[in-house]
Amino acid sequence: MDVLAGKVKVTSKTLDQTMNPAELMDHPIRLSARDVTVHYGEKQALHGISIDIPDRAVTAFIGPSGCGKSTFLRCINRMNDTIEGAKVGGKIELDGEDIYSADLDVVELRARVGMVFQKPNPFPKSIYDNVAYGPRIHGLAKSKADLDEIVISSLRKAGLFEEVKDRLAEPGTGLSGGQQQRLCIARAIAVGPEVILMDEPCSALDPIATAIIEELIDELRENYTIVIVTHSMQQAARVSQKTAFFHLGNLIEHGDTEDIFTNPVNKQTQDYIMGRIG
Amino acid sequence: MTDTVLPGAAAGAQNRERVRKSLTRRHRNETLFRWAGILSIAAALGFVAILFGMILSKGLPSFWQSTVHFEAYFDPELIQGGPRPERADFASPADHQQAVNTWQRAVTMSNWNKIVETGLREAAPDFEIESRDLLELVTSAGRFQLRDIYFADPEVLGQTVPVSILASANTDNWLKGTIDRSQPDERQQLAATTRALADQFEENGTISFDFAWHIFTNVDSRSAPATAGLAGAFMGSLYMMIVVIVLAVPIGVASAVYLEEFAPKNRLTDLIEVNINNLAAVPSIVFGLLGAAVFINYFGLPRSAPLVGGLVLTLMTLPTIIIATRAALRAVPPSLRQAALGLGASHNQTVFHHVLPMTYPGVLTATIIGVAQALGETAPLLLIGMSAFIANIPAGPLDSATALPVQIYLWQGNENRNFFEARTSAAIIVLLGLMLLLNAIAIFLRSRLEKRA
Repeated sequence: MDVLAGKVKVTSKTLDQTMNPAELMDHPIRLSARDVTVHYGEKQALHGISIDIPDRAVTAFIGPSGCGKSTFLRCINRMNDTIEGAKVGGKIELDGEDIYSADLDVVELRARVGMVFQKPNPFPKSIYDNVAYGPRIHGLAKSKADLDEIVISSLRKAGLFEEVKDRLAEPGTGLSGGQQQRLCIARAIAVGPEVILMDEPCSALDPIATAIIEELIDELRENYTIVIVTHSMQQAARVSQKTAFFHLGNLIEHGDTEDIFTNPVNKQTQDYIMGRIG
Repeated sequence: MTDTVLPGAAAGAQNRERVRKSLTRRHRNETLFRWAGILSIAAALGFVAILFGMILSKGLPSFWQSTVHFEAYFDPELIQGGPRPERADFASPADHQQAVNTWQRAVTMSNWNKIVETGLREAAPDFEIESRDLLELVTSAGRFQLRDIYFADPEVLGQTVPVSILASANTDNWLKGTIDRSQPDERQQLAATTRALADQFEENGTISFDFAWHIFTNVDSRSAPATAGLAGAFMGSLYMMIVVIVLAVPIGVASAVYLEEFAPKNRLTDLIEVNINNLAAVPSIVFGLLGAAVFINYFGLPRSAPLVGGLVLTLMTLPTIIIATRAALRAVPPSLRQAALGLGASHNQTVFHHVLPMTYPGVLTATIIGVAQALGETAPLLLIGMSAFIANIPAGPLDSATALPVQIYLWQGNENRNFFEARTSAAIIVLLGLMLLLNAIAIFLRSRLEKRA
C-alpha cells in the first residue's frame, strides 16, 4: 500500500505540471479532422467529427462506452481500413497532408502514427525482437549496432530498460501486464513516430502499473503528439492537456483539460463528468 | 408486519426445497454421466487392447524364423564358371562387365542344390531321406544365398564354410505349430521324413529361431515365401510419402493462407470453401479412379508408380491440410495482427512474419495426420496398379512398386495361409510402428514449436 500511495503522489505531481493555456498556444496543430464520419455497414458510428490536435501535448478522448472515441482514434492511423465493411468519410490531415488521399501509403502513415492497444499485445518473440521488429521492416537500422542502439534507447524511453536489460532474449509475453504495455510503447517508439495513439492503454492494468504508464505518458509528451482514449476521467485529468468528450458518435465538447473538467459548457459533458451518465 | 414478511419467508423455504430437490437430480446426472464416460473409455481401451494383443500375438513370432545352420562345402567340381574375370585382363570396363555377367550366369547354373544337400546330409549323417524331401526342408532361395556368398568372396571355393539358410515356409509352419501336427500324412505339406528331420534339427540346434532381418531387407517373394520381406513395399510407401509431403504441404498451406487472409469474401470463395470441405469426405476409391483416368490415361504416367500413388494421395491429403491450416489461421488472436499492422507492417508482412508462424504447430499436426492417413490408404492404390507383385526394390518414384498397406492386403490373400497369416500381422506391426513413429515426431515437433512461441 505504501508503494501505491507513493505512486499516486507521483501522479498528482504530474498534474501540477499541466501546461497553462498560454503555454499550449505555442503548440502548433499537428492533426486536424474535419467532418469525419464512420459507417460500419449500415450503422453510422461517427457523425461528423471535427477537431484539431496540438503537437507535443496529450489529448484525451473521453466518453461512455460505444461513444465512438476508439473508432475515431483508429481513423487517425487508418486501422479502420482493416475492419471489413468500415467506411470512413470526411478529412483528416497530418501536418496538412490528407491521410486518406490515394497517394498516401498506409504503411508509411502507420510508421508516423504509432499505436498502443487496450490489451498489451507483444509479439510471441523475445523482448529484443519485439522492439526491433518495426525498425527492421522499415529499414531504419543500417547495422546491428544501430539496431541495438534503437532498441535500447526505445526501452529506456519507455522506462523498461533497467527492468529487462538482463533478459532481452527472453519472450516478451513472459513480462507482467504493465511491463508488457511498456514494451508495446517501446515497440511503437522504436519506429520513430510523430504521433502515438493509445487506446485505453491502462484498462487492463492494476493501479501501480497504471501510475507508471501515466508518468511515462507525461514524459513522452515532450517529444510526441499523444492521443489517448480513456474510460477514466481521473486519468484524463491527470495526463492530458486537451480533452475531447464524445457521446453517441458525436464530439460534444473539446478544449483545454482544465476548462472541460472545471467549467464544461455543454450539459451532457457536465453530466458525464459529474458521473450522471456513462 | 408478520403478514408482509411471511409470504417472502415461505417462498424462500419453498425455493430452498426446490433447489434441494433439483440438486439431488443434478448430482445423480453428474454421477451417471461420469460413469458413462469412464465406461466408454474402458470399452475403447479394451477394444484397442484386444486389437493390439491379437496383432502382436500373431505377428511377433513371425519376426523369429527357423533358420538352418550347417557347413557348406564350396565344391570346385560343382561350381562352374571358373575364376572371376579380372579387370586387368580386359581392355575396357564394359568388356569386363560383360565377362563378369557371363561368369555370374555360369556360376548361377551350377548345381547349388547339390551343395545344399551335401551340407544338410553332413549335419544328419545317419538319417535316411530322399534328396527331394531333404531340399524341401530349406527355402528354394537357399541356393542363391550360397551363390551370393561365392559372388561376394570367390576365395571360399574349395573351402567348408558355416552358412545359415532360412528353412522353408512349410518347415517353419511345422516347427511353430501353425499347421496342425496331428493331421495325417496326406494332409501335411511336408513328407514324413522331412518333418522328422526338421524335429531332429530343432532338437540338436541345427535349426534355430533367428531374428528375421530379411523382413526389412527383402522384397516380396512367391517362389520362396520364407524369404518374403517388406523392403519393396516400404520404399514404395516412402516415395509416396515424399511426393505427398513435397506437394500437399506447400499447396495446402498456400491455399489456406490465400483463402483465409487474402481472398475476397464472395460467392466464389464460399463455393470453393464448400467444395474443399466436400472433397475431404469423398471416398478414397474415387480418388483412385480419378488418378487412373487423369494421371495414367491422360498424362501417360506409368502404372504402379509411387509418383502416381503419391499424386492421388496428395489430392486426398490436401483438404485435411487446408481445413486444419484455415482453422489454425482463424485461431490467431486479432490483437497480434493489430500489433503488426499498427507498427506499419504490410498485410503480407503481418501474415508471413506473425500470423503464419503461429499456425506451425497446427499445420504440422495436420500434415502428420494427413500423411499417416495417406500411409495407411489402400483402396486408391489398387486402382492405379500398385497391387501388382513387384520383385524389385523401386529405385525411384517412377519404378513399379507396391505400398505397405497393399502388401498387407496381398499377403492376407496369399494361398499359404499358415505362413502368411503371421507374416501379415508382422507387416501390420511394421505399419503401425511407422504410424506411431510419425505421431511421436508430430508430438515432439509440436511441443518444441509451442515452447518457442
